[in-house]
Amino acid sequence: MSAQELAIAGDADVVRVRQAVRAAAVSAKLSLVDQTKLVTAASELARNTLTYGGGGGAVVEEVFNGLRKGVKAIFHDKGPGIADLQLALTDGYTSGSGMGLGLGGARRLVDEFTIDTAPGDGTTVTVVKWAR
Amino acid sequence: MTSEPFGDLIERCRAAEDDLVRRWRADVAASLRGRISEVELDKELRDLLDAVLSAVGSSQGGDTKSPAYGEVRALLVDLSRARALQGFSPSETAINVFTLKRAVREVVGAGAEFQPFSDVIDDLGLFTFETYARAREEVIAQQAEQLLELATPVVKLWPGVVALPLVGTLDSARAQVVMEKLLQTLVDTGSEYAIIDITGVPAVDTQVAQHLLKTIVAARLMGAECIISGIRPQIAQTIVALGIEFGDIATKATLADALMLALGRIGVDVAAEMSKRGL
Repeated sequence: MSAQELAIAGDADVVRVRQAVRAAAVSAKLSLVDQTKLVTAASELARNTLTYGGGGGAVVEEVFNGLRKGVKAIFHDKGPGIADLQLALTDGYTSGSGMGLGLGGARRLVDEFTIDTAPGDGTTVTVVKWAR
Repeated sequence: MTSEPFGDLIERCRAAEDDLVRRWRADVAASLRGRISEVELDKELRDLLDAVLSAVGSSQGGDTKSPAYGEVRALLVDLSRARALQGFSPSETAINVFTLKRAVREVVGAGAEFQPFSDVIDDLGLFTFETYARAREEVIAQQAEQLLELATPVVKLWPGVVALPLVGTLDSARAQVVMEKLLQTLVDTGSEYAIIDITGVPAVDTQVAQHLLKTIVAARLMGAECIISGIRPQIAQTIVALGIEFGDIATKATLADALMLALGRIGVDVAAEMSKRGL
């Protein structure tokens, strides 16, 4: 399966991203637990893209590192960016009205997690979950 | 009266109308796969051709937004709506219009006047496409609304115990409907226990959890206790990794366990109840 590009502009798009990630996870033969973890992480990140990034997009693709298959998801927006990354990753901190667990929780749910962000420069979050 | 750019194309089309419809129908019918009978199709295309020829032959000629095209547009709206509801794909619908070009070219012949005619058909094809998309969107919006209502039944399990089986995605709009419905049912039935079953919720993220917690706090304010059931192993592990705390809210793996817990807390003697009802 090639990379799939999805726009995130509304609540319905979050659901669409979730379904695309689930389909990729099933195809990469992730276990049920890992599927659920990845889908939940994608749900958090897609909602962050929408709520804090003002909308953006997601790229979902299957990856292979020579040993294991996995799913990579990239969430990008051109929003205000994150000024204090450590604070944003702290459990319980939110600049909005959520629980403040999404970003840090998403990091714990996946195998690889990277954030590229700068104030005023948008945010790109890349996550990978490998099949065991 | 003939408008200039089309020359005598209209007259030639009129003269060959039967051949034209036959040729056109053959192209369209290939994509129908039995969903519409040939007789119906024949009538549709004949009406459409007649309307198109009248409109093109009128003084306004090539402007498809002019009043002369009113009947053509009405016919196309009916056609694309019907096709959208019958499950035709967008190209299977647009082909109804675009294949008229080939029919005219092959039956009547293409001269200099064919180009403006072809432009008119392109415009009408696009119009068909847009109407089709709008009809599809209406269907989707309707279904979304129906789902919103469908997916939130509150069922009575026992006097004083109600259950709310949640299925699907719990977004903000649904969470609001669910909360209102549950709180109202608690008042109507005077129940002390509500079991929220999330077996049918595919993923519990922080937003879903927040909605659940708010609903439970609201129910508590009304004096009712909530139990969450249907927490499957993968959901439990995800909730732990996310760091969501359910605090002192009772959670169970299955609806049966949750019902047992509620009955135990109310102090129901199931055997006595059964003999009382003669079961």
